[in-house]
Amino acid sequence: MKEKLEKLKKEAFEKINSVDALDVLNDMRVAYLGKKGEITTLLKTLKDASDEERPKLGQYINDTRVEIEKYISDMKDKLTKRMRKEQMAFEEIDVTLPARAPDIGHRHPNSIAYEQIERIFVGMGYEVVDGPEIEYDEYNFGKLNIPENHPAKDEQDTFYINKDIVLRTQTSPVQARVMEKGEFPIRMISPGRVFRSDAVDATHSPCFHQVEGLVVDRGITFADLKGTLKKFATELFGKDIKVKFRPHHFPFTEPSAEMDVSCFKCMGKGCRFCKKSGWIEILGCGMVHPNVFDKCNVDKSRYQGFAFGMGLERIALLKYEIDDMRLLYENDIRFLEQFN
Amino acid sequence: MKTALSWIKEYVPGLEVDDEKYSETMTITGTKVEGYERLDKNLDKIVAARVVSMEKHPNADKLMVCMCDVGGDKNLQIVTGAKNVAEGDMVPVVLSGGRVASVHGKDEIPEDGVKISKGKLRGIESDGMMCSIEEFGLDRNYYPEAPEDGIYILDKDVKPGTDVVELLGLHDTVFEYEITSNRVDCYGVSGIAREAAAAFDKDFKEPEIIKTGNSEDINDYLSVKILDDKLCRRYIARMVKNIKIAPSPAWLRHRLAASGIRPINNIVDITNYVMEEYGQPMHAFDYDTIEGHEIIVKRANDGEEFTTLDGQQRKLDHDILMINDAKRAIGIAGIMGGENSKIRDDVTTMVFEAATFDGTNIRLSSKRLGLRTDASSKFEKGLCAQSAYKAIERACTLIEQLGAGEVVGGIIDEYPNKDAQVEIDFKPDEINALLGTEYITKYEMIFYLKRLGIKYDEQTGKVICPDFRNDLESNADLAEEVARIYGYEMIDTTLPRGETTLGGCSFEKRVEDAATLAARFLGFSETMSYSFESPKVFDKLNISENDKMREAVKIMNPLGEDFSIMRTCPVNGILNSLALNYNRRNKSVKLYESARIYMPKSLPLTELPDERKQLVLGFYDCGDFFDMKGAVQTIFKFTGVNGKKTYSPDCDKAFLHPGQRADILYEGEKLGYLGRLHPEVADNYGISQKTFIAVIDIENVIKYSNFDTKFNEIAKFPAMSRDISLVVPKAVTAGTIEEIIEEKSGSILESYKLFDVYEGGQIADGFKSMAYNIIFRHRERTLEEKEVSQIISDILKELEKLDIKLRN
Repeated sequence: MKEKLEKLKKEAFEKINSVDALDVLNDMRVAYLGKKGEITTLLKTLKDASDEERPKLGQYINDTRVEIEKYISDMKDKLTKRMRKEQMAFEEIDVTLPARAPDIGHRHPNSIAYEQIERIFVGMGYEVVDGPEIEYDEYNFGKLNIPENHPAKDEQDTFYINKDIVLRTQTSPVQARVMEKGEFPIRMISPGRVFRSDAVDATHSPCFHQVEGLVVDRGITFADLKGTLKKFATELFGKDIKVKFRPHHFPFTEPSAEMDVSCFKCMGKGCRFCKKSGWIEILGCGMVHPNVFDKCNVDKSRYQGFAFGMGLERIALLKYEIDDMRLLYENDIRFLEQFN
Repeated sequence: MKTALSWIKEYVPGLEVDDEKYSETMTITGTKVEGYERLDKNLDKIVAARVVSMEKHPNADKLMVCMCDVGGDKNLQIVTGAKNVAEGDMVPVVLSGGRVASVHGKDEIPEDGVKISKGKLRGIESDGMMCSIEEFGLDRNYYPEAPEDGIYILDKDVKPGTDVVELLGLHDTVFEYEITSNRVDCYGVSGIAREAAAAFDKDFKEPEIIKTGNSEDINDYLSVKILDDKLCRRYIARMVKNIKIAPSPAWLRHRLAASGIRPINNIVDITNYVMEEYGQPMHAFDYDTIEGHEIIVKRANDGEEFTTLDGQQRKLDHDILMINDAKRAIGIAGIMGGENSKIRDDVTTMVFEAATFDGTNIRLSSKRLGLRTDASSKFEKGLCAQSAYKAIERACTLIEQLGAGEVVGGIIDEYPNKDAQVEIDFKPDEINALLGTEYITKYEMIFYLKRLGIKYDEQTGKVICPDFRNDLESNADLAEEVARIYGYEMIDTTLPRGETTLGGCSFEKRVEDAATLAARFLGFSETMSYSFESPKVFDKLNISENDKMREAVKIMNPLGEDFSIMRTCPVNGILNSLALNYNRRNKSVKLYESARIYMPKSLPLTELPDERKQLVLGFYDCGDFFDMKGAVQTIFKFTGVNGKKTYSPDCDKAFLHPGQRADILYEGEKLGYLGRLHPEVADNYGISQKTFIAVIDIENVIKYSNFDTKFNEIAKFPAMSRDISLVVPKAVTAGTIEEIIEEKSGSILESYKLFDVYEGGQIADGFKSMAYNIIFRHRERTLEEKEVSQIISDILKELEKLDIKLRN
């Protein structure tokens, strides 16, 4: 019996070794270990063995079965591995072939620049407020301390609908609208389209965008204005940027200033972008003029405030090194595609 | 405003500063320097030389060999081709190793000038070069004494070896300033000099004014009457007789040239010089032409005609102020004098006028006349009355000093309503509170103000503003004066304290942002187009004559007809952009614009129009109607408009293909429309690809948008799925069938899907085959076979009424 089993095992191992497909291996498992398999058949012969031999023989047959089982299972692992390997070799691809990506559209450079500005101010607790683009003359000029006969009101600069209604020349009228509501404190920005009677060329467009800002509260100071705008500039252009405030004049602020930032192209050394000055003019700002407070019914003995305004196109052109403003309104896809 | 630094230094004698520091300090104290240029930047080793001898060049007919005394031990040999040089002349010579700005025959002025070195001309050594005015980088128009095409000849009494650059006043720098409209005083050199004095804490010295005039009295010669003291606040006259017209001295000519003003003769040059100094224009009349020796300042009559000194006939109106004599007009006030009283070369006696006219009136008059002059551009800024007085006194000083004529004694000064002195309550605490600077003391402030000519009166606690600072009104103005002299840079940077604010965007903006994000997600790129367009756009878009869209807001003064109306429909912008891309052969272009349209409530406009934001999408070569419809649906998904939208073919947009267009309806309201561009309109825009557009009215989307989401439990009970295949008359739309499916299925309808549409083959003419998969599910129990069968049969019964049959 023992020899028979040894022979069977040896023969099984040899056969299993030569198998090279999983289904053949399975057939072999059935042939040895299945219901009608050789081992099962041998087990059935146990009933003919003597009582004392039976446990020993039984043990012996069982051991053989376990060994064959293990052998088949190892072989199965080996085969599976080999086949997977072959399959994977077959599935090999050229990973440098082009991708199949959805076509995502592109943002206009103005919008990208605006989004960055919005994020900075919203982070500082500013609300985004919208205002009409066709505006009363009174809001665009009068309430902003721009008197009736001011040259800016000339038809050379302002588009008129009639004597009382204009295309707003600045986003500042939104300041007046917000102040008149009388809800304080005010911290707001207002982005939008403005219009000036300039013929189209590389640096002018009759229609462009500004972002206005206004803060009104008790005890707001010029130092706060400086601090806020400096923070804004470093967030927008990077923390190594320097800012410079120069005295300037706007009818609706006093004191007024213009803010320059150190040229972010040459880091202030002087280049073509900053016209060799090392500085780039970015925005106008100042403390809200007492006359504006009066005209907007704000109690100037209680409140102080600052306002600022910047041209979006100017920032977009500078940031993306675009040298012709007309490109912004042409909408050639080869231009738009360069912005994300 | 362009001025040589030497001129500023004349009034700020203590100012010693290099160009860079000057530029920086002026800019940060409020007088922005736009740029500056050293006049001698390319001029090196140019000295006066006496031509001792001249001989013909042995090898060249047109060249001369000169021996020149340059003040050294031995004479230099210089070869020249110039024809205007003679023995004994004093000429500028650039020595070898020196530099000039340009050389003869070069059109462009090289950036770094031209270096001159020793060399041979036709075999003869030449040790330097004689210079023309152009070689100094100067324009002959501004140096009328320079010969055309020749060497610049110096005075005979100049010492050989003298620095000619110095002699021509070119060791100087010209600064260009940006002057803000409130600082009228800084349109004059004296104003800028005052600022420089304040910025550098130096003393300011007024331009020299001496008492002028002979023993006569001008009142014996002339009288002046102002009939409109609103338009003419002050009128000053002085007289000069025995005029000797001659060229001005070199210093004056050179100074004007450096400021970009052409020297003419002594009288004109003095007027221009004083105008530069004070920003105050003056005018001169020939006394002998003034009828009745009387000047009357009054308004013109409507329709009156007048010939100005440029020989042009001008039509006047009642709002134009005129200078008249006893009989007729002799000048347009503040704009231009008359032909009839103009100064000619043979003039002997003249009347000098310095006046203060109303700035706005001058500006408007000059615009109506189409005549903007140096004088009008100064007057329109609104000059201070005091500068008229200073200017005329200064001019008379120069006339006497230059010997240009004999100034008549006395002055006529009509100044009916004198300007009051401006005084402001000085509140140092308020200034500190506004600036956020507790640390600037009252006395420091007084010191800064004093530097600017603003005096503090201890007794009244007020500050007294100088007459030339008509921009100062309030404490806030004083705060700016203090801050800029203290230095904006020195003020702390802090962040606002106080109540925290939440910040953020409105719901409306959130919806708009969601819509544009969806558009980009779908492959559309953002564009921007102008808000105004041509009224011809309506014809281009096939819009009918009586369409409400044609009622657009009109601009009174547009840049041209093409930009004259505010858009009432956003599609022209996107079509122009698509057309541009198509023309440039860009393939498969998808664009969007978040555009505003302007719908007037009534015309003409009495209140502001309704400004509506609309998202407009357009593409060519990227799919068909259903791709656009899918895009629109995705946008609604992103914007939280979740209910059922219907697409009605009853769309009236004439620029869309009549068989491929739809209005998008939601709860009975139009959310927008979409469709294929009408082939005719496509032709109008020159796009020969099938183009699809969609417009979504963001304002209406906002009404229905809702970003709140509630979780519905995932269904536990099984669904039942049925397919029905129908034969449908061609005219019946899928929408009609789907309405019936929805209505008959009731609450157990989970979803349905059209999975096949087919025409032809076994289907009869005039019919199409449509197959739907319908899924039913009950949320609380398992559905029974028979209830679903009942519903299907109800649906089919209803469909039968439309002549729709089940396909076998």
